[in-house]
Amino acid sequence: MADYWNIAPGMESALKECFTRDVEADVTLEFSIPEKDFNNAGKGSSEVKNLLKRLGVDSEVLRRIAVASYEAEINVAAHSIGGKMTSLIYDDRIHIKFEDKGPGIADIKQAMVPGFSTADDLVREFGFGAGLGLPNIEKNSDALHISSEAGHPTLVEFLIFFT
Amino acid sequence: MIKLTDYMKAISGVNYTPALDLGSIELDGAYVCDMLSDVMGAAKPKQAWITIMKHLNVIAVASMTGIPVIVLSKGNVPEAGVVDKATEEGIALVSSPLATYDLAGILYQMLKG
Repeated sequence: MADYWNIAPGMESALKECFTRDVEADVTLEFSIPEKDFNNAGKGSSEVKNLLKRLGVDSEVLRRIAVASYEAEINVAAHSIGGKMTSLIYDDRIHIKFEDKGPGIADIKQAMVPGFSTADDLVREFGFGAGLGLPNIEKNSDALHISSEAGHPTLVEFLIFFT
Repeated sequence: MIKLTDYMKAISGVNYTPALDLGSIELDGAYVCDMLSDVMGAAKPKQAWITIMKHLNVIAVASMTGIPVIVLSKGNVPEAGVVDKATEEGIALVSSPLATYDLAGILYQMLKG
């Protein structure tokens, strides 16, 4: 599997560690994301956003979490044969994981280039497929990890800190 | 900043979310785009989103991005399910007979003219 990381220099070991603390999460939420179901894709992000809003998370941080999470949810619906979203909430951060059942990303570096998209006509008709999903996730998250390969499942996960 | 209600008068805007209090919404600009990811990457809270897109995902995009109002150009009318979702999410939904170019121009003039 090919791995892609976007972590600020000097923070690698501390942040990679944060990606492995699942069992210590205060709250865990799970949503399934069916293939091409654009009417329901977004429910997971919306639920997470509402919960964090009640917990008093700053509105700009909330906006970044909502945008990154919604983009990732749409990606799973648009490009995979279905998957799930798992949100792990801690007192200082959120870790959201998107795991699908394939068919995988052949070239992750290329997928990160703004404007590059493999979206089909249906996806484009909805106004998605601009090739900005992964770049938007990267821009709004504090740490991003993607693991994938053609013919395999994809994992996209990111961390966003509340302060 | 201008009041959304003043802008609506200038564009003959029809309010599809009467259950919401539009009087408290103020605008300092607009984002004009039909590509949802571009809107999510670039639009800011306090901006109106002017678009012809009127399906359900538009409401989610506005909600995630913190956009207070969607202005549908060229007389586009949202379906009932979309109106319900907008009301639930607290996103104002306005339709105007004017074209996108005029909608943006009028707002620009009101803010900077």
